[in-house]
Formats: sequence, C-alpha cells, structure tokens
Amino acid sequence: MVKIKVENLTKIFGRPPRTVLKKLQEGISKEKLLAETGHTIGVNNVSFDVHEGETFVIMGLSGSGKSTLIRCLNLLNRPTAGKIYVDGENITAYNKAALKQYRKDKVAMVFQHFGLFTHRTVINNIEYGLEVKGIPKKERNEIAAGILSTVGLQGWEDKYPNELSGGMQQRVGLARALANDPDILLMDEPFSALDPLIRRDMQFELIEIQAKLKKTIVFITHDINEAFKLGDRVAVMKDGNIEQIDTPENILTSPASEYIKEFVKDIDRTRVLQAQHIMFTPSALVTPRDGLKVAVKEMQKNGISSLFAVNNARILQGLVTIDDAIRAINENLTLENILNHEYHTTGPETYVKDLIPLASESKYPIAVVNEDNKLLGIIVRVSVLSSLLA
Amino acid sequence: MSEFPGWIVIEVGKYVDSFVKWLLSNFSPFFDAISSGSMWMLLRFEGLLYWLPWWIVLLVVLLVSWKVKNLLSGVIFASLVFMIGLLGLWNLMIQTLAIVLTSVIISLFIGVPIGILMTYSNRVNSIIKPLLDAMQTMPSFVYLIPAIMLFRLGKVPAVFATIVYAIPPVIRLTDLGIRRVPREMVEAAHSFGSSSWQTLFKVQMPQALPTIMTGINQTTMMALAMVVIASMVGAPGLGMEVLIAVSQIDIARGFEAGISIVFLAIIIDRLSQGIAEKFKYPE
Repeated sequence: MVKIKVENLTKIFGRPPRTVLKKLQEGISKEKLLAETGHTIGVNNVSFDVHEGETFVIMGLSGSGKSTLIRCLNLLNRPTAGKIYVDGENITAYNKAALKQYRKDKVAMVFQHFGLFTHRTVINNIEYGLEVKGIPKKERNEIAAGILSTVGLQGWEDKYPNELSGGMQQRVGLARALANDPDILLMDEPFSALDPLIRRDMQFELIEIQAKLKKTIVFITHDINEAFKLGDRVAVMKDGNIEQIDTPENILTSPASEYIKEFVKDIDRTRVLQAQHIMFTPSALVTPRDGLKVAVKEMQKNGISSLFAVNNARILQGLVTIDDAIRAINENLTLENILNHEYHTTGPETYVKDLIPLASESKYPIAVVNEDNKLLGIIVRVSVLSSLLA
Repeated sequence: MSEFPGWIVIEVGKYVDSFVKWLLSNFSPFFDAISSGSMWMLLRFEGLLYWLPWWIVLLVVLLVSWKVKNLLSGVIFASLVFMIGLLGLWNLMIQTLAIVLTSVIISLFIGVPIGILMTYSNRVNSIIKPLLDAMQTMPSFVYLIPAIMLFRLGKVPAVFATIVYAIPPVIRLTDLGIRRVPREMVEAAHSFGSSSWQTLFKVQMPQALPTIMTGINQTTMMALAMVVIASMVGAPGLGMEVLIAVSQIDIARGFEAGISIVFLAIIIDRLSQGIAEKFKYPE
C-alpha cells in the first residue's frame, strides 16, 4: 500500500520562488539559474512512492537536495510546486491547524545533529511530543518509560543530553520520535555524526526496532553502504533530481546511469547480495520414494556428483553423493540409509559475506531453506567464492 | 576665522518645547498614569524594604549568597551591607535600592517582549537596533532632559531616565539569546507540531534564559550606575548624598556615600551573576 506519494515536487530557494518555475521547466541548469536570478534549486520535479512499512532510503552527496526533500515531507520546507499525498491526503494544501495535527499524529523526525533540547532531561526530551499533544503527565511518563527501554536508555532518564555520548544522544532523538507513535519516521542522516563503530550498532538497532514496529521510514544518507544495508528501496539523488529508484540488488546489478555505476563501484557486493540473490533452483532433486537408481541416473544426466533429497512437500531430507549411492546399490541399502548431512544450510536473507566461511570449508553446495526447512534453492560454492574477486 | 552663517540657524529647541507642551496638554492623563503607576511600585518596594527589620535584610543577603555562591561570600556580602548601616546610610540605601529595583523590573517587562519581537520581525529589528545604539552612545545626562520635561522633578523622572539608560542590554541579549538557539532545535520543536507559542516558551525562551540572565545582570548594573546622575532630577538616596558632597566639596560625606554605592554594586553584580550561572545547562 502506498503511504506517501510525491508528485512533481519542486523546491526553490530565493524570493519569490515561483517566478523561476517556468525557466526551470524549460530546462535551465542549476548554475545558470543561480547566476541569473540568485535562486537555488533544492529539489527539481521529483516523483516517487513510499510503501507502508518500508524503509525508503534517499541517498546522495551533499548538495544533492536530499535534506531539502525530506524536510518537504513534514513541511519544514514548503514545496514551491508539486503535491505530497500521505494516506491519500494532499498535505501541501493543509492549513496551519491541519499541518500541526499532521505533525502531531503521523510523522516524527530524527535529526543529523540530534536537535535535542539541552535544557530538558532525557525523559523530558522524549516526552516533548506528547506534551505538545496535551497528554497528561502520568500517561506521558509511562509511554516515555516504555520507549526508554526499547532504545536501551534505562538509567539515563534524568541526565541532560550534553552529558551523553553522541550515540546515546541519537538514541534519545530516536526515542523522542518514537514516543509519538508516528506512522512515518523521517530520519535525516541520523547516524552521520556518529563514529563508525557506534554507527554500525545504531544501524543494527534500527533494523531490530523496525522489525518490531514496522513503521514507514524515510531515511537520508550520503553513505551508499548504509543505504544498501537499511533500505528496502533506495533512491539516488543528484542535483535535485532522482537518478534511480530501486532495490539495492537491482541498483547494484543494473545501475541506471554512469553516475550510479561510479557510486556502486566501491560497494562490497557480499554485504548487499543475499543468499536468495545468488541461489538457483537445483537442476535435479530426488525423493526417498524415487530410490537409488533414479538418483544415480539424475546425477549422470546433469553431470553432478551429489544431489539433495526432499520429500513431497520439498522439505529437505539430506544429501546423496554418487560414491554413497554406488556403495548402497552394491550393498542393497536404501536411499534413507545413506543420507549425508555434512552440508550447510542457510536462510534466504543471509548476506553472501556470511556464506564465505561456509563455502570454503564444505565441499558440497549450500542449501537455502526457509524456517520450515523447505528447500528454496542451492548455492554452489563457486558463486560465493568468485564474489571475493569482483 | 570663518564663521558659520547666522542667518541659516534654525531654533529647533522652540519646536521641541512646544511639542512637549502639546504632549503634556493632550496626553497628560497618559503621563499621569505612568507616573502614578511607577510611583505606586516604587512606594511598595520602599515600604517593603523599610518594613523589614535590618537584621532580616542581612540574613537574606547571607542566605541568598550562600545559596548561589558560597558561605564565605555570604558572610562578606552581609558584612558589607552591615557597614553601610554603620556609616549611617541605611535609609538612603533603601531609597536607592527601591529606585533601582523598580527601574529594573519595569525594564524587564518592557525589554524582554521587545527583544522577542525583534527576533520575529526584521522590521522591528531594523527600527529598534539604531534606537538602542543611540540610547547607549548618548551621554546619560541627556536622558534627564526628556525626563524632566515629561515628569518634572522627583523619583519618577529618575526611574524614567534610569530605564532609558539601562534597558538596552536586556533587549539586546533577549534578541541574541533567542537568535542563537540552534536551527535544528527549533525545527525539532516544529516537527512535533508545536505552535509558535509552544516553541517560544518550551524551547526558545528556556534556551535563551542564560543569555537573558546576563542581560538582566547588565541592566541592573547600569541602573545602579545611574543613581548619582538620576539624583540630579531629585531622586533621593545615596546618589543625592554624593551629589551634595561634590557640590560642597565635602570629602568625608562623599567618600562614605561613594563607598556604599561600590559595596551595593559588588553585591548586586555577584549575586545576579551567581543567579544567572544557575540557569546554565550542562554543555
């Protein structure tokens, strides 16, 4: 379901902003416009949808308009032209009262430099949104205490923000946004000001929190690794335009422009691609009922020396190797007797990076299974290990 | 020697004089209201300070200084006040304090809202800024002229002149304090749907408070600095004592009154700074 629909959004800085819209439509360049009229283009005719419960990452270098864009989504920046629909309502047409209500109920923001109120304690920072809403003190306290433990800030409630480390401060920022229980979480480079180790922890925690709360998140970053790690879909911005919107895997495998190609060059593919992206459907499978002869024939036909055995529901039973199969036929054993379990299994969402040790220590393909142990596909060792070279 | 041609000299004073007369004849209820309002406040403060037994005053100074600074400053400040009493200037000190307190409180009531208006409106800002510059660069004697013209002689013109002289810091620092609140913090307040009033009172004012407190400290010190000059329009108190001593070349009398003003200045400065310090948040 579409949660946020952005249509032909344009934001121009400089007064009066509308006068240059026409020039912009005629395709004037950013530099030329600045020189001629002194106007700056923040966002230029951008359209996209954000689905409910998805993490939508907007990635771009500084000056690409990403922060301007996210500030349009809660109207901290008033768009010059275009429409933004949230749950089907055009928020750009809101009057003052409706806008306040929208900000109180539906949307909350996390800021790059935290934007914490340094004159309030941690708990009072978290309560701020509820206070503005007019929720009674006691109820506020209970909600804030609950959020506090979600983000791991217990014991810090009576400290002031400046007594906390950067990572802790951004937890407060996140908690303050979550306390309002918004549908939409806007995160403007929330982890950029943190050092790399803390950043990794925070990214991990955000993924965990998101798995629980399933908010619609719009996340801004200039770090492509972060974008690909967190984003269900990623929009790449350049000079106020969106160059490509797609899943990380698709951007990686089919970049839309030279600019993006340049961007993804340095990406560590093994951290983006998951088991499900490199697995394939096995050309041959065997069920216990088929018997050993069928198994040998299948291996011979496909030129392989082992295959997986599954039952009728495709639940993985084990592995049959050619050596075991020949031996079993000679010794009159059945297929069940010789099932081998020395292979590795993995879930579909495991990153390729984590498969590398499995692939290097086992001589059999890796089985990709779901939580019911149903076989989804197999990964041959060569496709994991070769990714080390790319 | 070349002389400025006499025939183009304009006698502007005449027009000002008639303007003031016009003001007084047409708006006298207005000036009377201001006059009786500030007089009322002044008398309340004076009454309160006279009513308090002298040792309670000392005790209050001791306890407040202990709370905002430490026990030693408490003892020192209380003994300084005690010494003013020993010099036989207790009642004059109270008259001076009443004028200073009244001027400072009226300055805050006028100055803080003006400071807030300045941050919100560039037009107000561009009108007030040069006015403040003028008020601060003009010699303080000059304020006595409109003060006498509008309020004649006595305590009220003294309060008026003191306010004009002392109000700029609290206006400037209120403006500065609010302007210096980080943009992201104000954005954060807005992003939660705060109204402008909520943003002002829950975020901007508390953030600006340490700066505003510095402004109040400076305003208070300037009000105290004005006491001698204000006595020229008839304000009683330590300032009047100094003025009389100067005109009579009475060194003893001048020294006693002068040193008392210095003591008051030290105490008020340290205490208001100490209080301002209490409003700072951990950085």
